[in-house]
Amino acid sequence: MKLAVPILIVLALVPVVASTYQTQLLTYGLTLAIAALGFNLLLGYTGLLSFGHSAYFGAGAYAVALMMRYLGVSSMELFLLGGIVCSAALAALFGVVCVRHTRIFFAILTLALSQVLWTLAYKFFWITGGTDGLRVPFSKLTLLGGLIGFPGADAFARFISFYYYYVLVVFCVCTALMWLIVHSPFGKTLQAIRDNETRARFLGVRIWRYRWLAFLVSGIFTGLAGTLWVPLNGLTTPDVLYWPQSGKIVFFAVLGGFRNFSGPIVGAVLFNYLEVYAIALTEYWQITLGAILIILVTFLPAGIVGTAQRLSAKFK
Amino acid sequence: MEIVALQVLNSLFYAAVLFLIAAGLSLIFGVMGIVNMAHGSFYALGAYVTAWSVGAAAATLPPAALFIFLLLGAIAVALVGLMIEPTLIRPFYRRQEEYQLLVTFGLLLVLEDVIRLLWGGTPLTASGLVDSLGLVRIGGLPYPVYNLLMIGVGAVAALALWAFVYRTKFGVLLRATAQDRRMAAALGIDVGRIYALAFGLGCFMAGLGGAIVVPSQAAVLGMGVEVLVIAFVVVVIGGLGSLEGALVGALIVSALRTITIQFWEEFELAALYLIAAIVLLIRPTGLFGRRA
Repeated sequence: MKLAVPILIVLALVPVVASTYQTQLLTYGLTLAIAALGFNLLLGYTGLLSFGHSAYFGAGAYAVALMMRYLGVSSMELFLLGGIVCSAALAALFGVVCVRHTRIFFAILTLALSQVLWTLAYKFFWITGGTDGLRVPFSKLTLLGGLIGFPGADAFARFISFYYYYVLVVFCVCTALMWLIVHSPFGKTLQAIRDNETRARFLGVRIWRYRWLAFLVSGIFTGLAGTLWVPLNGLTTPDVLYWPQSGKIVFFAVLGGFRNFSGPIVGAVLFNYLEVYAIALTEYWQITLGAILIILVTFLPAGIVGTAQRLSAKFK
Repeated sequence: MEIVALQVLNSLFYAAVLFLIAAGLSLIFGVMGIVNMAHGSFYALGAYVTAWSVGAAAATLPPAALFIFLLLGAIAVALVGLMIEPTLIRPFYRRQEEYQLLVTFGLLLVLEDVIRLLWGGTPLTASGLVDSLGLVRIGGLPYPVYNLLMIGVGAVAALALWAFVYRTKFGVLLRATAQDRRMAAALGIDVGRIYALAFGLGCFMAGLGGAIVVPSQAAVLGMGVEVLVIAFVVVVIGGLGSLEGALVGALIVSALRTITIQFWEEFELAALYLIAAIVLLIRPTGLFGRRA
């Protein structure tokens, strides 16, 4: 909490001092961090491990691409609204099926449902473009209700510097909102359910309803991340709905530490750098990823942030 | 009418493969309480090892002798499983289920890339085995004898597994350990050994599934996760931890899949998951599940 203000100042200065490429990388990291925040409401605070968060990320991304292609929308604010509506509807529906189950069955069901979406995006190619995906060029995008557009030759650098601040603002709002959620009575109830379902039930908590609400909020955050991610990427393909995307989101939380508010955020940003530089170094980066995951869960279950906190507490 | 007969046979062939995978997954869960996310990758490994060894030996050995590689592929996977359980999985029995899922997910990532590293991105085939047995005419339409033979292999494997679990001393030890690990250990059963063997047996079955599928299809990257997701549907319908459930689930899923592919191809997976979701809503433990 003490670190929040200095970190925010540093983040605000990044486009001024860093190159366009570095700014772009950090923008990617921040969008992924929003997905990680949403995911961790389920894993860290409700005790539910979802292997299907690619569904909501993809719903957000495809909402943008489909709106742009078929409705001719170009306003980012409308995209955000569309992304929220689509991912909320999807999470509400999937949530009804999934929250009746915990642990293993929850993980299996979430994975299975996201795979269904993936095959649908893949097979209905006349709507979704199939494996080619749908393009979302930044040149067609407008920010702040049409005030800012990006035509012209050197538009990319301008787009990145504007878009970075746009994502940063949404990220800050999301982080603040999630902080309020997990520290509210609602968040405390979720933690009670996580720690002891039976006792929570004896206290009169309606477990399924709370889990469903957490599922819904988690899906919306992740959908929002997908919405913000897609103009940056310029393209959405069925890959964003495929299981490795869910695996990445799980990885963010484990890398940073999921019993921790800021862990998944740090994990997502770090993972993004790790992915970019590991792919540059080796073609076989999944091995690296798998090995890191195994080492983390075996030896450092608290993640990077959790371990750092423990170490700093020791030396105080 | 002949089409129907062929589709029934296709569906049985697919059911045999699915049963081998789902039974392994269920066995490992039933004994150790762990859902192995990497199970599909063991199936893929079996397919790759078999296709690769058949391809390497095809020039020197007669086609009939190549069938031994189906078994060798499965044994190779079982050996990998026997090495992985004590080193990687064992420290996680006392940990929360989230961590168990995560460690097998890490294993999945590693295995998928190991396969890519060893055999590259080009699909491997072993179609020589199917060709060597030729075709049989069923009501005037040609059908590969290989598929018929493998339906038989699936049936024998199901019987053998049942006899192994319910009619041998090792089966008794296995079921005792599955029911109460601490009590079994107190009675002098070497629980560590049982766990390693059960894991190895599960991997053997997944590997055998991959080995028998690869002559009729090719071994491709991503086949492991694809089959994992379908095997989940099988065990969800049949009941996780139940061998009868794996058999019935495999038959239901493969019949459904054949029907949807025939009539409504886009919804193949969606239909399967719809059924799984309905079963979970009505009977959360699956058709044969006992545990809540």
